[in-house]
Amino acid sequence: MTFGSGAMTNSINEIPDSKVLLIIGSNPTEAHPIIGTKMKQAVARGAKVVAVDPRRTEMADVADVWLRLRPGTDIALINGIMNIILANGWEDKKFIAERTEGFDQLREQVAKFPPEVVSKITGVPVDQLIEAARIYATAESAQIFYTLGITEHIYGTDNVMILADLSMLTGNVGKVNSGVNPLRGQNNVQGACDMGALPDVLPGYQKVTSPTVRAKFEAAWDVPIKSEPGLMLPDMLEAALSHEVRAMYVMGEDPVLTDADVNHVREALETLDFLVVQNIFLSETAKLADVVLPAGSFAEKDGTFTNTERRVQRVNKAIEPIGHARADWKIICDLATRMGYPFAYASPADVMQEIASLTPQYAGITFERLGRKGLQWPVPDAEHPGTKFLHEGKFARGKGLFMAIEYQVPDEPPDEEYPLLLSTGRRLSHYNISTRYSEALDSYAPEELAELNPEDAERLGIKDGERVKVASRRGALETKIRVTDRVLPGMLWMSFHYKESPANVLTNAASDKVTKTYEYKVCGVKVSKLI
Amino acid sequence: MEWITLSIDGRTVTVPKGTTVLEACRMNNIPIPTLCHDPELSNYGSCRMCIVEIEGMRNLPPSCVTQATQGMVVRTQTSKVRNARTTILELLVANHPLDCMTCQKMGDCALAEYAYEYRVTGEVFKGQRRELPLDDSNPFILRDPNKCILCGKCVRACEEIQGRSVLDFSFRGFNAQVGPAFNLPYSESECVFCGSCVSVCPVGALTEKKMVGQGRPWEVEKVQTTCPFCGTGCNFDLNVKDGKVIGVTSNPEAPVNGKALCVKGRFGMDLIHNSERLTTPLIKKDGEFVEATWDEAMDLVAQKLGEVKQEHGADAIAVLSSARCTNEENFLMQKLARAVIGTNNIDHCART
Ligand code: SF4
Ligand code: SF4
Ligand code: SF4
Ligand code: FES
Repeated sequence: MTFGSGAMTNSINEIPDSKVLLIIGSNPTEAHPIIGTKMKQAVARGAKVVAVDPRRTEMADVADVWLRLRPGTDIALINGIMNIILANGWEDKKFIAERTEGFDQLREQVAKFPPEVVSKITGVPVDQLIEAARIYATAESAQIFYTLGITEHIYGTDNVMILADLSMLTGNVGKVNSGVNPLRGQNNVQGACDMGALPDVLPGYQKVTSPTVRAKFEAAWDVPIKSEPGLMLPDMLEAALSHEVRAMYVMGEDPVLTDADVNHVREALETLDFLVVQNIFLSETAKLADVVLPAGSFAEKDGTFTNTERRVQRVNKAIEPIGHARADWKIICDLATRMGYPFAYASPADVMQEIASLTPQYAGITFERLGRKGLQWPVPDAEHPGTKFLHEGKFARGKGLFMAIEYQVPDEPPDEEYPLLLSTGRRLSHYNISTRYSEALDSYAPEELAELNPEDAERLGIKDGERVKVASRRGALETKIRVTDRVLPGMLWMSFHYKESPANVLTNAASDKVTKTYEYKVCGVKVSKLI
Repeated sequence: MEWITLSIDGRTVTVPKGTTVLEACRMNNIPIPTLCHDPELSNYGSCRMCIVEIEGMRNLPPSCVTQATQGMVVRTQTSKVRNARTTILELLVANHPLDCMTCQKMGDCALAEYAYEYRVTGEVFKGQRRELPLDDSNPFILRDPNKCILCGKCVRACEEIQGRSVLDFSFRGFNAQVGPAFNLPYSESECVFCGSCVSVCPVGALTEKKMVGQGRPWEVEKVQTTCPFCGTGCNFDLNVKDGKVIGVTSNPEAPVNGKALCVKGRFGMDLIHNSERLTTPLIKKDGEFVEATWDEAMDLVAQKLGEVKQEHGADAIAVLSSARCTNEENFLMQKLARAVIGTNNIDHCART
């Protein structure tokens, strides 16, 4: 992306000493609870907080300024804040001159977003915009945190790039307590990306289109590597429907419950000639499979996860796999061998050796060195102590590049027929869907409670705790309602943990043009009483 | 860094300036009993178990709140010190239930450990005992107020680690209790069940409900690992007995989180032994799943993928890897796609 790298720039344990936290589209006390507690520790030590969220989250409650913007208007908001920063001369001129390029284009773009215009688009009062800009730009150091609602994946999409712009404009990057930090949701999404579980890059974000990169891997693996990037998940599903893709092998995921517009996903998977699913439970996706392979849980295998601050940490086997289940790595090795290319690894530590030999960021990592504390990549060699924060003195791509970002409207804003805006997210006690298999957690939060503002509830005649029908252009479901001013009027918020109320039958599969990340955050729905 | 030198039990030790006497002892492996101290929390100095004798000081100061100074002469095990500690313990034990046999904390209880070491009998101050009801209002935490020694660690953990201040002291004197404000049950408080309070409780007043009766500390093997539930990457110890994970306890060495965890990491691990776990390969025949051996299942997969590749080319196969699996597994999966099958059709469901 803008800096040439896509991970959290700083470390989690810097958070309690932060001076300013700008938290945007992110609900850390529920989605990343320990990061949330560290933010609250920072607040207790006097840090200032700017929260940007349409929903009243815990951090919004403790924030110095809470910008309650309309969902999907983040780009206009940040452009507006940059406009105010420039108008007041709060930018870091030295940083811009020495370490960035593209500033003139940014200035031109930002000029189109005077505070009054931005206030109209976002619904945030002008004085709050100014206050937020002042707090962020005039701080000694300031960190940005974002998650869902801004977007994900390893390449900058517009929302991510504009946050990078904001940080560079004020010189808040490349030092302690200053940076742009994606909080990655799934435990090892960072690692899955690092390891090249992406169609266009090999491990370490090395592009398959590069002949030198391919030559390195071809030499190591002794096979030719295709130079064309492969299909991203949404395109895989389209290709399944058109019979270009005939077989799929799905490990550890449940796209039928977690992907947008699940009825469409189901149809695509059903069209396949052959589907293999490898999982620890008979997931909704596994039910569609021709062959189901029982995998071991994290307690049943050795390996490593990489967390959101790039820390590679050990996963240690505590028990033997349940029944005839097998660790995923063993199943993959077995399959490769049966397909005529023996994977003869004695252990995950062996695999890490090969990873280190091919992945520059992991070059100095061995299981032994990870020990009990892990290491934060980049770890370029066997002596390197790991990297606490990125971009010190220099960006991965050299100079930081400002990107002028246009404001875009969501793909499916609410309209007359579907007047409410549905937004989805995570709850504290659940993680995607797997935690539903914890009896203790499930008994604590057993069912969906979709949040609706009292104004709308009254207009629709819906009471707190009532079961209702929610419908979008793609599907419908039933759910219980919680009437609360945590959400804005005109908005409905749901989690996606419950197969009894599968929010993703409603969501829109329109996806980001670069990352193919679905637009989970905005789609039109209507709520009606059950008859 | 500035250093100072002092004498502890006749040994000369050098420590950084700003160190407490307690820390100076611990750095040098000199044991000091403590009940209300925790290195991750602020110091309270209330239990007085950590008292020591310091030359030139008249009383016995608590070492956890006393700064070490240059030339200080400290004694940690004089009879004066030991007698005072014994009295404190006798008082605590006087109104403490002595059902250690059935107590979940047995073998890991600071009070029992010190009572044993100091030969406390419970006979010195025969006191009235509390008979308060247990709080088992929630699926995670069991609170037995009768066992509480009012050390206040849980109060500080909730406030300082979790930032919540759910817990507090209520009532006074003999009736004093520590628990959710207004003495409400946990389930009716603002508690988010992070279990930080449980992780610091030195006695059996707060315990992990699901672990009750599952194993004694000396039967349990602790395996440090990384939480599979979010990208924060907390570490903790899986508690294993007889090949079964019976629960989770904090590992103070955890690099990201120390002793803190959230409800998912601390209390969600019962999913490992959920009865719905898949335990054998399944092959669908006429729309129904039939149990199969690994050989049957793997041969079928290898054969089918081989056929698709033969007939439609490698790009007719697509592979979804997983942000829940390990780095090694993701690496192998993309290698399987690229080197074995021959396609770049590899992705994962990256919902952040
Ligand atoms: S579980 Fe956590 S939030 Fe609840 S009382 Fe204990 S420390 Fe406080
Ligand atoms: S419940 Fe435990 S930690 Fe809390 S005051 Fe009582 S003994 Fe101390
Ligand atoms: S314990 Fe909670 S905050 Fe920590 S990694 Fe697990 S789910 Fe995330
Ligand atoms: S440990 Fe020092 S007073 Fe309690």
